Amino acid sequence: MKPHSVTLEDHYRHPRNVGSLDAACVNVGTGIVGTVAEGLVLKLQILVDPTGIIESARFKTYGCAAAIASSSLVTELLQGKTLDQALAVHNSVIAQALELPPVKLHCSILATEAITAAVNDYKGKQE
Amino acid sequence: MVRPPVYLDYAATTPVDPRVVDCMVPWLYEKFGNPASNTHAYGWDAEEAVQQARVHVADLVGADAREIVFTSGATESNNLAIKGAAASHSARGKHIITVVTEHKAVLDPCHELEQHGYEVTYLGVQDNGLLNLESVRAALRPDTILVSVMLVNNEIGVIQDIAAIGMLCRENGTLFHVDAAQATGKVGINLQELPVDLMSFSAHKTYGPKGIGALYIRRKPPVRISAQMHGGGHEKGFRSGTLATHQIVGMGEAFRLAKQEMAVENSRILGLRQRLWDGLSLLDAVYLNGDLNQRVPHNLNVSFEYVEGESLIMALDKLAVSSGSACTSASLEPSYTLRAIGRSDELAHSSIRFSLGRYTSEQDIDFTIQVVAQELARLREISPLWDLAQQGTDLAATPWASSAAGKISA
Repeated sequence: MKPHSVTLEDHYRHPRNVGSLDAACVNVGTGIVGTVAEGLVLKLQILVDPTGIIESARFKTYGCAAAIASSSLVTELLQGKTLDQALAVHNSVIAQALELPPVKLHCSILATEAITAAVNDYKGKQE
Repeated sequence: MVRPPVYLDYAATTPVDPRVVDCMVPWLYEKFGNPASNTHAYGWDAEEAVQQARVHVADLVGADAREIVFTSGATESNNLAIKGAAASHSARGKHIITVVTEHKAVLDPCHELEQHGYEVTYLGVQDNGLLNLESVRAALRPDTILVSVMLVNNEIGVIQDIAAIGMLCRENGTLFHVDAAQATGKVGINLQELPVDLMSFSAHKTYGPKGIGALYIRRKPPVRISAQMHGGGHEKGFRSGTLATHQIVGMGEAFRLAKQEMAVENSRILGLRQRLWDGLSLLDAVYLNGDLNQRVPHNLNVSFEYVEGESLIMALDKLAVSSGSACTSASLEPSYTLRAIGRSDELAHSSIRFSLGRYTSEQDIDFTIQVVAQELARLREISPLWDLAQQGTDLAATPWASSAAGKISA
């Protein structure tokens, strides 16, 4: 197996922000993307404060080491961002930080899709 | 100092037994003669050593030494048997029968023959990995010239009923080839009683060196196959090429030790395997792949639900095991053997094969149980599927599940 980057290895062995938030809470946005068939299911949740800043994020991931690491990194990146800033996080940021090989780029793409899903879920609740 | 991984991949290969190495060394140094040099003592000595090794190999399997042809390994033996039989008997028919769970060293020669006008039937297996005899009977035709079924499966360790399948072949006048690469030293083989015409052997699965194997070719009644390697007519014309004395001596000694130690060793390994399964089966959502009883004592193949295969194999880096996951391969396809026994893609991907051997200790087993339990818990903590399962949600009803059809609960 190709050796992973130090950062990826770190996020895989010591993932940050594993867990769940109360999906029913109006301040929580939940995004679930991927399917078991493709070997990757990512659940991302964000807690947004009254000023529209992402206070914290939690994730649960079924997937390879790169997927787990991507999810973990995303929860760190989202902290303190506005919703617009969150939506602007590009998968290349994740891919570069973890030094993802081409065959694992889809993990970073799915991670950004999870961000979109979580933000949209939160926004939907505010209406 | 980082401890090396605990080796539980004996089905992939075995260390060469030190006693085997000791036997081999003189044939590299002073006694380097070519066994075919029949004009001087260098050659005569080598020839005698080869003959002695031939007897050891034959003794393990109840054959006559004259029925043993040395090759570069079981892959070559399989090629020789399958292509050789096909070529020799094509006038009588061009139909071959084999099984979907065979090793690539059998399946690929069959695919190759299909390119040359042969028809191959690939039989499916039952959920326990075993062939249904009725399906063999139904597939046999007047123009079937060869049936090939492995004695012990490399992934799930199940033992096929070779004796019964052989009888069906005899009744049909069809040659029967058996890949026994995973079987030597693990199950008793007596070719005096088994209705088998051709049998492939590997040295490196039985504590011998890599790069040497053999093909048993029955003399009574005589079996005709066409040689695949030409150039000098060695091994009665069946396989040309200078015999590698040191390799052959190694294989001979390995097989001699196997015959001597098999009963005691297998009993010890059965105990260790039971200990491992006792430990692992306590974990939730863990499924054994393949029949537990019709199985060699060395093999345990388990699927771990709700965690993805590649992440699992990475988590088990303190163990040397192999998995049914192909996440890192180009094709992203899971083990075809596990799919053949009815496992879903998900369970096939998240399977681990533990194969025990001569140097496996109780501490190794206890360490393994500990590592697996620990890492499985860690990955399940991270897994949303585990969450859903804990809540009692039917995964199949969710939009992000695969089709749960085909998943089998143990």
